[in-house]
Formats: sequence, structure tokens, C-alpha cells
Amino acid sequence: MPDTSAIVILFAAILTNNILLANFLGMCSFIACSNQINTAVGLGTAVTFVLTMTAMINYGVYYLVLEPLHLEHLQFIVFIAVIAAFVQFVEMFVERFSPKLYFALGIFLPLITVNCAILGASLFMIIRKYNFAQSVGYGFGAGLGWMLAIILMAGLQQKMRYSNVPQPFKGVAIAMIVTCVLAMAFMGFA
Amino acid sequence: MSKDAKSCGSCGTCGCGGKGLTTLKEGAWSQNPLAIQVLGICSALAVTSKLENSLVMGAALIFVCVGSNFFVSILRNNIPHRIRMIVEVAIIATFVILFDQILKAFYWDMSKQLGPYVALIITNCIVMGRAEAFALQNPPMLSIIDGFANGLGYAGILAAIAIFRELTGFGTIMGYEILAKDWYTPNQIMSSAPGAFFTLGIVIAIFNAIKGPDAMEGK
Repeated sequence: MPDTSAIVILFAAILTNNILLANFLGMCSFIACSNQINTAVGLGTAVTFVLTMTAMINYGVYYLVLEPLHLEHLQFIVFIAVIAAFVQFVEMFVERFSPKLYFALGIFLPLITVNCAILGASLFMIIRKYNFAQSVGYGFGAGLGWMLAIILMAGLQQKMRYSNVPQPFKGVAIAMIVTCVLAMAFMGFA
Repeated sequence: MSKDAKSCGSCGTCGCGGKGLTTLKEGAWSQNPLAIQVLGICSALAVTSKLENSLVMGAALIFVCVGSNFFVSILRNNIPHRIRMIVEVAIIATFVILFDQILKAFYWDMSKQLGPYVALIITNCIVMGRAEAFALQNPPMLSIIDGFANGLGYAGILAAIAIFRELTGFGTIMGYEILAKDWYTPNQIMSSAPGAFFTLGIVIAIFNAIKGPDAMEGK
């Protein structure tokens, strides 16, 4: 999409093209950390921040370094290295300058390196040939969309504790079925 | 970085004391990475709308898992403990790039369809989990078996989900029409996102039902 505005891409990434419910990225932490709303909000914020920033950095790295040098085939390893390095850097930075924020977000930061939504968003950005503004819009929107999905899921999981789920479905299986319903609801936006 | 495996929950915790055949059986069936441990579900959901795609993805995972397990195992006594994560990621990424390049060279259409999901094998917890939990402690040959078994377990479940989804979503299997269009209307839901969640949920529930309540803690 060469001439779609960044705002449109942002809203599309939140609702119709939700990175979790339509592209299935970031499922592992979605399943593991969606038991409490507080945790979900913390993780969601951290993911949104890291996603936006790494989308920007990876855009720069890809178009300023990898493409001129014809090293596009190295994009996976470079992107994952950038993400890991950025997360470490943020962790150190936050720990040094804002201990309060560190206690709120700190435990989620290492988890984020292995969150496939982060790497996935960077790869989608390259595959769809977004320009810089669109990439930032997409990264931010994808992060917000992921956060929205995990918060909704956390709310549903809290309610579900009081419902009588058949034995084999307890745990992950019912979470999948609930996600299915959630995904169907989001399809309505399309 | 060393906190990752623990905080991921299930990734670093599975009892793999057996050898050879036991290893094979554990990876492919009783400790199935997808249905029992629920690792690496992102790609499992994304590529299963067609059987062909999921077979390629299964092959990719077997290749990467075997390759990375082998090399991590060879290097296991030389990798400093503190930086082992990044070493593992580098080894895994190398194999993923290799597979992606092969795919691009020989099956361009398939590479287009799979899109970023081949690359996302790098962040697939199965590969990372096996390298961390198995290859770091075991000799190379056993690690190869373990990688193969886990890849096979993943590929098997993937194929099962894909057969069901392609049949109900498109009325075809491998592109051949099974359910004729004049009496079966393809179910759009099954070929799009919600169908994937639904089918995986059912598969996990079936596994739980077969194995009984003991297998429930793996989540």
C-alpha cells in the first residue's frame, strides 16, 4: 500500500488487522500472561513501546544499511539482534532513571525479546513495503491492538474462573475457544 | 537474558531423561510440544489454513530443530553460560535463513504464501526450548533425535489441524476437491482466523481427554 495514510494503517492494525487475532503473533505470552488485568496492562504497554521503537530502528537498519549493501537475506538475524539489544538497553535505562517504572514493567521486558509479535511486525513492515510514517503507524497500531486483545482476554479469563468448564477444556483449550469468539468479534470490524 | 527461559514458564521445564526411542516417543507424542506443552502456537495457527503450507512449515521446523539442536549440542561445552541465549538464537537464525533461502530459490510461491512465518521460527519457543532444555545437556546424536521428534510432533499436529481446516474451509485437500461445491458451501470461518483458534482448542482438549488430568499442568 504505497499511499495509504499512516493514520488509516494505525487503525487498521488495531482493529481489522489485529496482530494477535488476525495474524496470530504473540500467542505464547498472550496465553501465559492473560490471567490478570494489571499484568495484561503492564505487558501490553511494554509491548507497544518496544514494538513502535523497534519498527523505527529496524526500518532505518533495513533501508540505510542492509539494502544498500545487498544484505537483505540477513534481515532475520539483524532484526532479532536489534530487538534483543534494544530490550536490554531499555531495561538498563529504565532501571537507572525510573526505578518505579522498572518495577512496573521490568519483569515483562525480558519476555518481550521472545515475543513473536515484535519480530513479526518488523517483517510485515518490510514485506508490505511501508514508508517510514506508515511503519511507525503500523508498529504503534499493532502494539495497541495486541494490548487491547490481551486486556480483553484478561477480563474474560477473570470472569471465567467462576464458570464450569468441562475437564478436558480447562486451561489452554478453553482459552483458545474464547480467543476464537474474540477473533470472530474482531472480524466484524473488517 | 538468562531469565527468559524461566519466565517463559514451560520452555525450560520438561523431564527428558530417556534415550533414543524414549526421546523420540516423548517428543512426538507424550510430550508433544504443540498439544501438551502448548509451545510455538503462533505459526501453528497461521499456516494451517491449507495442508500444503503446513507440510512445508512442518518440514522447516524439523530442519531447524535438528540443525540447531545438533550444533548447540556440539558447542555445549564451549558456550559460556551467560551468553548462551544469544548463541542459541544466532544458531537458530542461521538455519532459518538457510531454509528461507532454499524456499525462495525453489518454491517462490510457497515462500510468498508463508510470508513472515518462516522467519518467525526464530522466536518459536519449541526450537529455543529444545536447545535450552535438551541440547545443552545431551550428546549430539541424541539431540538430533530429540530435535527430529519434536519437529515431527509439531508437524503431525499441524497436518491434522490443516486437514480439518482445509476440508471444512475450502472443501479441498492439497488443492484437490473433496467436498463438491454444489452441495457443500465452504465455511469461511474455518479458513480464517477464528477457525484456527477453534480447531487448536479442540485438538488440545482431545489430547487432554486422552491423557487424563495428569497432563494438564503443561501450559
